[in-house]
Amino acid sequence: MFARGLKRKCADHEEDMGGALAGFRAVPSYSLQRQSLLDMSLVKLQLCHMLVEPNLCRSVLIANTVRQIQEEMTQDGTWRVAAPQSTGRAPLDRLVSTEILCRSMREQDGVHPAPGMGDDHVLGPGSELSTVTSAQTPRDPQNSVWEMDSPRENRGNFQKSLDQIFETLETRNPSSAEELFSDMDSSYYDLDTVLTGVVSRAEPGPCDGLQGLPPVATPASSSSCKSDLGELDHVMEILVET
Amino acid sequence: SLLLAVSLPTADIISTVEFNHTGELLATGDKGGRVVIFQREPESKNAPHSQGEYDVYSTFQSHEPEFDYLKSLEIEEKINKIKWLPQQNAAHSLLSTNDKTIKLWKITERDKRPEGYNLKDEEGKLKDLSTVTSLQVPVLKPMDLMVEVSPRRVFANGHTYHINSISVNSDCETYMSADDLRINLWHLAVTDRSFNIVDIKPANMEDLTEVITASEFHPHHCNLFVYSSSKGSLRLCDMRAAALCDKHSKLFEEPEDPSNRSFFSEIISSVSDVKFSHSGRYMLTRDYLTVKVWDLNMEARPLETYQVHDYLRSKLCSLYENDCIFDKFECAWNGSDSVIMTGAYNNFFRMFDRNTKRDVTLEASRESSKPRAVLKPRRVCVGGKRRRDDISVDSLDFTKKILHTAWHPTENIIAIAATNNLYIFQDKVNSDMH
Repeated sequence: MFARGLKRKCADHEEDMGGALAGFRAVPSYSLQRQSLLDMSLVKLQLCHMLVEPNLCRSVLIANTVRQIQEEMTQDGTWRVAAPQSTGRAPLDRLVSTEILCRSMREQDGVHPAPGMGDDHVLGPGSELSTVTSAQTPRDPQNSVWEMDSPRENRGNFQKSLDQIFETLETRNPSSAEELFSDMDSSYYDLDTVLTGVVSRAEPGPCDGLQGLPPVATPASSSSCKSDLGELDHVMEILVET
Repeated sequence: SLLLAVSLPTADIISTVEFNHTGELLATGDKGGRVVIFQREPESKNAPHSQGEYDVYSTFQSHEPEFDYLKSLEIEEKINKIKWLPQQNAAHSLLSTNDKTIKLWKITERDKRPEGYNLKDEEGKLKDLSTVTSLQVPVLKPMDLMVEVSPRRVFANGHTYHINSISVNSDCETYMSADDLRINLWHLAVTDRSFNIVDIKPANMEDLTEVITASEFHPHHCNLFVYSSSKGSLRLCDMRAAALCDKHSKLFEEPEDPSNRSFFSEIISSVSDVKFSHSGRYMLTRDYLTVKVWDLNMEARPLETYQVHDYLRSKLCSLYENDCIFDKFECAWNGSDSVIMTGAYNNFFRMFDRNTKRDVTLEASRESSKPRAVLKPRRVCVGGKRRRDDISVDSLDFTKKILHTAWHPTENIIAIAATNNLYIFQDKVNSDMH
C-alpha cells in the first residue's frame, strides 16, 4: 500500500517535470539505481562457503556503503517495489557508463529530496545507462531470486536485518567444538565471515588477473548445495516479510 | 627516457616487489609463496656505458599453504610483503610475510670450500687411519658460487587478522607488522612475543567501520610510524608517548568535498599504500584515483594531489560491481623524492614529476616494449579528439593491473610487476622525465 502510493506519486512527479523526461522514462531512475546498488552490496556481503578467509577491508567498505544507502533511503522514506531488473549483466571486460550513481549531489537535478517528496529526481541526459544488476551468473540458482520482484520490507525490519548482518565477531567462539558442526543457518550470522563475508570460493582476491574477473557470487559446490539453499531461505526470510 | 632492461616471466602472480637498501638486490614474492631474488651484475669494464642488469640470484619457498582447523579456512601462502634488513655483515637478510606469519631469512654466499681434511676424504667418508702418513692443513679452494637461504626466525601467532604491512625500524632491532585492526612491534631476535602498539578493534564488532590498510616506520626517527585507514586518514604515532599508540600524535585527513559526494566516496578515499619520502619530510599515499604528497607538518590537507586515472570517476559503479574498486595499488618515491610512481590498469603505470608538474603514462607489456627500446608514452582518451595510438577508456583491460612497483633507492631503475611478468626499466641517457 505504501509502495503503491509512492509509485503513483513518482509517476505523477515524472509527468510534472514535463515532456523533457518522457524520453528518459526508459532510463532507470536514481532510486532504481540506488536499489540495485543496495542489492548488489548485499549479495557481495552474503555469506558463502569460503575456502580462504575473505578480505575484511573490502567487507567493511561494502557494509559502510550499505549503511549509507540505508540512511538515505530512510530519510527519503522510500521503500518501493523493485522494478524488474534488465536482462543480463554488464560485461565485465567492458565498462558501461553508470553515471547517475557516480555523479555528485550538485550535478543532480534539483536538490537532495526532502523527506516525503517523490524520490524520483530523474537526472540529465547523456549517460548510456545500464541498470546496475546484482551481478549473478545466469546459472546461479540465486539469480532468479534476486531478480524477481519482491516487496521490500519496511524500515524497521531492514534495520534489524542489517544489525543481524553485523553481528559481533566474538560470537564465533573458536574453542567451541559445536562451532564446526553448527547449523548452517546460524553460521549466516556468524562472524568474521559475515563482515568479512562474501563471494566466490574460488576468489583469492580481485587481483587474480589470470583467471579474469570472477563473478560476484559463484555457485556453491555440490557438496554444500543443501546448506546454501538453507542460507538462501534465510536471506529471503530477512528480505521478504513473511 | 626509460628503456626495458629485462622482462622476466615468473611462475606465479607476483604479489610484492622490493629493492634492498643498495639496490643491488631485488626481491619478488608471489602468490605461490615463493621468493625470487635478483642481483644486479657489476658493470662491465668492456662496455662502461652498459649498466649492470639483473639476473636471478636465488629462489626459495618462503611460505606454504596452511589450514586453520578451528575456522575451517585456508591460510594463503601468498607473500604479501617483503622488507630487507639493512646489511650488517656479509649476509643479506629479509623479512617475508603472508597473511599470518612473518619469517626472517638469511641469505649467504658460499664460493669457497675447504679441501684436504686429515680425517675425511673428498666425499666426507672417514679415512682409514692407517693410510694417513702425514698431517696437512686444509685449504680453501674456490668453488662455483652457491647461494644459501635459511630461515632464521618464524614470527607466528601474532595476528588474528590479515597482515597487510611490515616495516623495519631504523634502529635495526625492531620491526612492526600491521593487520586490519592491530599493529604489533617485534624484536628481530624474539619470536615468542610481540607488543601490541595499535588496536582499533571496537568492543562491539558491529561498530566496526574502519580498518588499517598500511603502515610504515619513519626512515630516521625510530619512535615514529604512520598508519593509514580505509576512511582515507593517516595517523602519525609516537611510541614514546604511550605504550599503546591508539592516540595519534597527528591526524592527516583531507576534508571531503561535499559537492563530489557519492556512495563510492569512502571507498575511493581508502588509502591502499603509504610511503615516507627518503628525506622523512613527506608521506606519499595512494587511494583509488589519486596519489597525494603530505607534509608531516601539515595535517589539514595534502601538499600535492595527482590524478592517476580520473576518467574512471564516472565508471565507479561498474568498478564496484566487478570488484576492481577494491584493488590496492602501491606507490613509490624515486631516490631524490622528486618523482613519484604508481600503477594503473591495462598494464599502465604513471609517473609524476613534482618539480616540473609533468606526468607520463607508460605501459609494461611485451608487445609494446622490446629490449633496449625506449618506452613510448601512452595516452587514454576520454572522448574528444583521439590520436592514433590513444586507448579509449572502454578498451582498457581491467584484468591487467599494475599493483606492485618499486624504485631503486638511488638510481633511475624501476621494477614493475605485471601479473606474472617482472619488468625492470632503466634510464639510459639521463634522469630527466619526458
